[in-house]
Amino acid sequence: MTKLRQLSRFNIASLALGLVFLYLPIVILVIFSFNASRLVTVWGGWSLHWYRELFNDAAMIEAAWMSLRVGATSASIATLLGTLAAIALSRGAGFRGRTLFSGMLYAPLVMPEVITGLSLLLLFVAINAERGFWTVTVAHTTLTMCFVAVVVQSRLAGIDRSLEEAAMDLGCSPPRAFLAVTLPLIVPAIAAGWMLAFTLSLDDLVIASFTTGPGSATLPIRIYSEVRLGVKPEINAICTLVIGFIAVVIVVASLATKLSSVKGESAAPL
Amino acid sequence: MSARNISTRKIFTGPARLSAIVPYIWMVLFFLVPFGFVLKISLSQTVIAQPPYAPVFDLTAGWAALKAAFTALSLDNFRLLVSDDLYVLSYVRSLIVALASTAMLLVIGYPIAYGMARLPRRWQGIAMMLVIVPFWTSFLIRIYAWINILQHDGLLNRLLLALHVVSEPVVWLSTDSAMYLGIVYSYLPFMILPLYATLAKMDPALEEAGADLGASPLQVFWLVTFPLSLPGVAAGVLLCFIPIVGEFVIPDLLAGSDSLMIGQTLWLEFFTNKDWPVASSVAVVLLVLLLVPLLVYDRLQRRQLEEAG
Amino acid sequence: MEGGAGLAPDMPLLRIEGVAKSFGSFRAVNGVSLDIRAGEFFALLGPSGCGKTTLLRMLAGFETPDAGRILLDGRDIAQVLPHQRPVNMMFQNYALFPHLSVRDNIAFGLKRARLSRADIAARVAEMMALVKLEGLETRKPDQLSGGQRQRVALARSLARRPQLLLLDEPLAALDKKLRERTQFELMEVQRRLGMTFIIVTHDQEEAMTVASRIGVMDAGRLDQVATPRELYEAPRSRWIAEFVGDINLFEGEVASRTRNRLTVTTRDAGSLVAAEPRNAVSKPTVFVAIRPEKIRLSSCVPAVDGGGASAVNRLEGVVTDVSYLGGTTTYKLKLESGAVIRASMANTTRLDMDAYGPGHRMVAWFAPEDCVVLEQ
Repeated sequence: MTKLRQLSRFNIASLALGLVFLYLPIVILVIFSFNASRLVTVWGGWSLHWYRELFNDAAMIEAAWMSLRVGATSASIATLLGTLAAIALSRGAGFRGRTLFSGMLYAPLVMPEVITGLSLLLLFVAINAERGFWTVTVAHTTLTMCFVAVVVQSRLAGIDRSLEEAAMDLGCSPPRAFLAVTLPLIVPAIAAGWMLAFTLSLDDLVIASFTTGPGSATLPIRIYSEVRLGVKPEINAICTLVIGFIAVVIVVASLATKLSSVKGESAAPL
Repeated sequence: MSARNISTRKIFTGPARLSAIVPYIWMVLFFLVPFGFVLKISLSQTVIAQPPYAPVFDLTAGWAALKAAFTALSLDNFRLLVSDDLYVLSYVRSLIVALASTAMLLVIGYPIAYGMARLPRRWQGIAMMLVIVPFWTSFLIRIYAWINILQHDGLLNRLLLALHVVSEPVVWLSTDSAMYLGIVYSYLPFMILPLYATLAKMDPALEEAGADLGASPLQVFWLVTFPLSLPGVAAGVLLCFIPIVGEFVIPDLLAGSDSLMIGQTLWLEFFTNKDWPVASSVAVVLLVLLLVPLLVYDRLQRRQLEEAG
Repeated sequence: MEGGAGLAPDMPLLRIEGVAKSFGSFRAVNGVSLDIRAGEFFALLGPSGCGKTTLLRMLAGFETPDAGRILLDGRDIAQVLPHQRPVNMMFQNYALFPHLSVRDNIAFGLKRARLSRADIAARVAEMMALVKLEGLETRKPDQLSGGQRQRVALARSLARRPQLLLLDEPLAALDKKLRERTQFELMEVQRRLGMTFIIVTHDQEEAMTVASRIGVMDAGRLDQVATPRELYEAPRSRWIAEFVGDINLFEGEVASRTRNRLTVTTRDAGSLVAAEPRNAVSKPTVFVAIRPEKIRLSSCVPAVDGGGASAVNRLEGVVTDVSYLGGTTTYKLKLESGAVIRASMANTTRLDMDAYGPGHRMVAWFAPEDCVVLEQ
């Protein structure tokens, strides 16, 4: 560790402050979901009261179930399409429409969600599609496919081409070489992409609001409508559950990907 | 084809290109085509009917009907946008908020990314995880968490009262400050990660060389580190600025209701006023405003793609 | 910053006193003391991990010694920050600023030194001419070849006319021919500017070529500081003898001592006579070391050698391997004891009628003055 590369006190302070800033609100939220008292101002002791209330809230449970189904479905389709797109972009050299393709693929990453939500709804209305589970799923797939493509493509770029060449030298046909050598190496990235797509779908409010139909509210939509009415401990409870759920998913996936070594060099491709 | 003409690149490009077909079609159908609809609706009028706009292009109604529908399109909605102060102010406010927030994000995010890039190698992975995890925790939930803290009888006020910094609770919610806090909080990972990626890739010998040649630590940063981190800065700025312009959830939950950002205006027109054509025209103008940043972002992405692959 | 004025004539430019540095529990530099005179081209030689780079970085200011002093011109600079030292470094991978042109790279240090624009321009031009890179001022580093980048790095590090220039394995990335040429150019530049250079290298040939004095380091310690000739012909330890060039070693015990001569009974080569080293041998077990080129070969036993002295230190064996290297030929000879020695001869004529092949029975001999006795 050289003098210059050593962390100055300023660096450590900014890192620490940054992390506290990021985590403190969540921690507070989780703690107060266990508050026996209804009022946020008073600490009434530990209690699971609000969680019990939650389980009696049918609308909330239905919305949660809807979100899980939409998330899993859209994430799976998005992972498949996103991986294909990543392969095309990273190995496909130039093809006609490549510029348009990459443009379309990267745009949803930054496009304001009100625009994509509105445009998709207008499409669904024009083709007279029944709005509900499938419209939301299609909308989420379109959004999250891009994130998957970015994650997988970044991993593909870091793979040593000579591995595939070695496989071909030893007798594999090109597609076989790719499947046998490269694909296993990018599985962690694909898994990470699925997780990313899943959490993004689980979390999305705007696009879901535009593209959903009567009776198919997703969890964010229900939470949002409750939040507009004010802070309630039941909301803390459902939020804590969601956080816990996502944390479990992340931990499981991280453990699974730790089994294959990933070069720590490349940062998340966002 | 002689052996010399076959390179491994060529062997792969064929099948690789094929795998683009399905995603390509999907994106054209569900990303590009919808924009066409937005444009069309923006040129239509509101009616109390299903769907709530006219004219409706009915392909089965024959050529004459189509022609009639075509002529019924008008730029009325756009004229409304330009003439009514409400919309103009909304656009202006959105751009200002986005610029200010992006500046704040850059100032706050850069030291954090820099600190991360300075960590010993084995800690950098953990640091990155720590920064990403809140991002994967629900966006809505995190905003709600701040409402929890900032509300009238929330924790922040209680803390300030207890420390005798103020004598009565301060109004935090429904203010621009709360909104900026929410925006910075939500978008911080989007600024930190591209910055970190660029800073981590930098050869540490370059900073040493700068010092060796007589530059003080501050000079080294300004003359060597910062210029070399500009691609990361550009990526982070665009990744934040563009979506913030069209933000809805954060201003809706945290800001006051006296002036709206354009995302809120669009939502209002669509869901409250049920005026789809005006909402669409709002979207079209927003897209046009964002066209230049979007193109710059696209060019940046393409260059990174080329450098990486 | 020009410097060196006011120095007593026998004071070294750089004095390193008992410098030590540890990283955690690892002692990288373990009490090194060294004097370097102005105008020297000094080499720090040693294998990877011996601490030579750490020592160099302490001279540059990128590491702070845990103990000891570093006196430049009489002033202790151990705690002085790198940008405030009159010392410059040429980095191993050149560390050229990719966002600046060649001219701006070279001018970087001069701008920090607050030279006037005219002075900067003149100095940059002077440096470009020195390293023969005129015409490439506006190019960026990624538009240059490896050799060109190396010259820019040299020009940049010399621009401020430092009292001391540190070179961190600067020739490692070049191919052999280019490396040789650059070595001579470095020596030329150093001579012409009259500057003091310290080069760090693991390549013993490179150190011997460029340096006027070499310091051999191992495991954080400075083992021997000597001229190339002394280092090669009078290594102080077995390890140094093996590290610098090729050597044959015979382990044995001192049998007897006569005036200036030691008789050693060796395990593999019988009784050998060697010249008594300057520091009298105290241990009973010693090594007799002889360089390959000092061993003479013949197919028949000579009664006297070319110099008229009786041929002592005679070894008999069979040739097992012949390596023809152009200028010299190296023979591997297997002795009766089973030990293998290396002997090399210069190919002084084009058609060598006496060339020996594998399987040949040979006699090898060497004079007592040509071998060295080492203890450890």
